[in-house]
Amino acid sequence: MVTAEVAEAIPAQTPEDRFEAVVAAEQRIEPRDWMPDAYRATLIRQIAQHAHSEIIGMQPEGNWLTRAPSLRRKAILLAKAQDEAGHGLYLYAAAETLGVDRAELTEKLISGRQKYSSIFNYPTLTFADVGVIGWLVDGAAICNQVPLCRCSYGPYARAMVRICKEESFHQRQGYELLMTLMRGTEAQRRMVQDAVDRWWWPSLMMFGPSDADSPNSARSMAWRIKRHSNDELRRRFVDMTVPQAEHLGVTLPDPELRWNEERGGWDFGEPDWSELNRVIRGQGPCNAQRIDRRRAAHEDGAWVREAAVAYAAKRAAEQSHTEEENGK
Amino acid sequence: MTEPHTGSAQTGSAHSGSKAGWPLYEVFVRPRRGLNHVHVGSLHAADDRMALLAARDLYTRRNEGVSLWVVRSDAITASTPDERDPFFEPSGDKVYRHPTFYDIPEDVPHI
Repeated sequence: MVTAEVAEAIPAQTPEDRFEAVVAAEQRIEPRDWMPDAYRATLIRQIAQHAHSEIIGMQPEGNWLTRAPSLRRKAILLAKAQDEAGHGLYLYAAAETLGVDRAELTEKLISGRQKYSSIFNYPTLTFADVGVIGWLVDGAAICNQVPLCRCSYGPYARAMVRICKEESFHQRQGYELLMTLMRGTEAQRRMVQDAVDRWWWPSLMMFGPSDADSPNSARSMAWRIKRHSNDELRRRFVDMTVPQAEHLGVTLPDPELRWNEERGGWDFGEPDWSELNRVIRGQGPCNAQRIDRRRAAHEDGAWVREAAVAYAAKRAAEQSHTEEENGK
Repeated sequence: MTEPHTGSAQTGSAHSGSKAGWPLYEVFVRPRRGLNHVHVGSLHAADDRMALLAARDLYTRRNEGVSLWVVRSDAITASTPDERDPFFEPSGDKVYRHPTFYDIPEDVPHI
């Protein structure tokens, strides 16, 4: 009798009261419910940014698709890139339930009016980067995304459930790739360490600025869009990752990394926030290249979209003609 | 009660096409024989066949289903814009429709 309990717990009042009550009762807000304008705007911004990250995120690894060292690695990498495209589509669909149009979001991405995760503005220099992206970048994404499965907005939460199930494959294939390299030659082990050195700090920056500099966090937490603060998620990621690094036999490039007996967790150094700000402002190593590539793909694909519409219209016309003939 | 609503069941907006002109479809998957088709999400496609192929690629990459339905969102008639509409009120006060409404002595078997 869940419905009866809800009806009692949430008395009919103003739409605002009802919204607050649904959120407080850990229920989900659904597309056609009343919601504050700022809640809608926050979700559109966050979900669009998330969708853009999945789509742009195909590029750094896509760089290695034609150069994967074996058919097995190539098939895995293709499947992973296809998953990222799928994640982008789930998320664009979730954003559309808030009344925006996917074409409009794509336009905002390629014109630089909406952002994507800063991590994808770094280059993938060796094949070890593919493994480290799976292990660290997807690992950090999992830390961020698991709590989003309980986000107060239904369509976003449901998209995240699907995504989280698939991310686990991404992280494990990366770690396995690195274990294979670590069992290889000295040069291969150096390649892994070099990739870890380059990706460690950018991965920590994926959680966003420190709590003191994250002005919108409190409101998102009150709305139960966000469940944990940036710093809390970052700590969780470090605690999860340090033993994995030890097992792999790599060194995380942070001299301040040490076990804190009192807290039962790892203490670590402060990321270089000026670097994060530079990358967000568009001055990362690959910002221009990523957006150019996305724009070119969008523009080069225009004829396909137009042809599909023309074909559908032609088929529909043929069909109605046949029906008329048969009706005579 | 509010008027039954035809349009996008998701957004409640009559506008369900995108600028590119590809209409919105809702996707339903039957996870395995013996179960109902369940709504899993939506996608844009130029026509029905493309919607079905895209739904397969998007929603059943890991054996999630044995059967797929796709239906244009604007063909769905939905109950209410608000999920607690008085439309459902008639079922609210009929507690006698539930088996627990009836007191039966504990020693009566199989009931």
